[in-house]
Amino acid sequence: MNRNAHHTLHHPKWYRVQKPIFWWVKRFADIRFIFRELTSLAVAYSVILLVVIYRALLTSEAAYTSLTTTLREPFWVTINVIALGAVLYHTFTWFNLAPRAIVMRLGKWRIPDLMIAGGNYAAWIVISGVIYLAYVSG
Amino acid sequence: MSAKKSNDPFFWTLFGAGGALSAMLIPAFLFLFGIATPLGWVEGPAYESVKMVLLHPLARIVAFFLVSLSLFHGAHRFRFTLYDGLQLKHLFQLIAVICYGGALAGSIVTGYILW
Repeated sequence: MNRNAHHTLHHPKWYRVQKPIFWWVKRFADIRFIFRELTSLAVAYSVILLVVIYRALLTSEAAYTSLTTTLREPFWVTINVIALGAVLYHTFTWFNLAPRAIVMRLGKWRIPDLMIAGGNYAAWIVISGVIYLAYVSG
Repeated sequence: MSAKKSNDPFFWTLFGAGGALSAMLIPAFLFLFGIATPLGWVEGPAYESVKMVLLHPLARIVAFFLVSLSLFHGAHRFRFTLYDGLQLKHLFQLIAVICYGGALAGSIVTGYILW
């Protein structure tokens, strides 16, 4: 049996300054940070939309047509414009931060940050172009 | 004394994979399906064509990983937005369960719909 059965650890109460909820509205850099974090909601919305499209496709042609008609409503177009703006901000900030998360080397040569970010942008443009061409060519 | 094992590297990996995949694929998809076609800028493909492409087994696999990893990416980022933005650090466990639980539930529902 543990001889120190009644021993309890001393937990010091940390001194923490309580921040107000809207601490981030005073500086532009903080607003940008919070906006970047909130792009997570737009990303989640977008993939949920993809699942809804899949569900309509698998249900029937009428369900798919009904969905495309709904997406023409100004409300949904507005939501999608806002979501696209947020997702593009996510894309740009993600690619710009990529060189800080991935340090790539070829032998002793460290690949410059600009090349890593540029590679991401190039891949994005090519992939988006392929999706666009596949879509419009029907 | 053994150090407490953290789950953060695991969720950070999902966050990173989902962030990269969503950054690459979502803008084109959202622009075409959510804006360009509804506004008549491009003519959307016929039902049969969309069905043929999106229901291809490879497309379903890509869609599943895109959806699931993006949900985990969103959950991880939103979790820290609530901690840091709204200063809800005292609800640490509840927020983590809701965010990651939501992503897991979303992934299961997606898998069920896709197959």
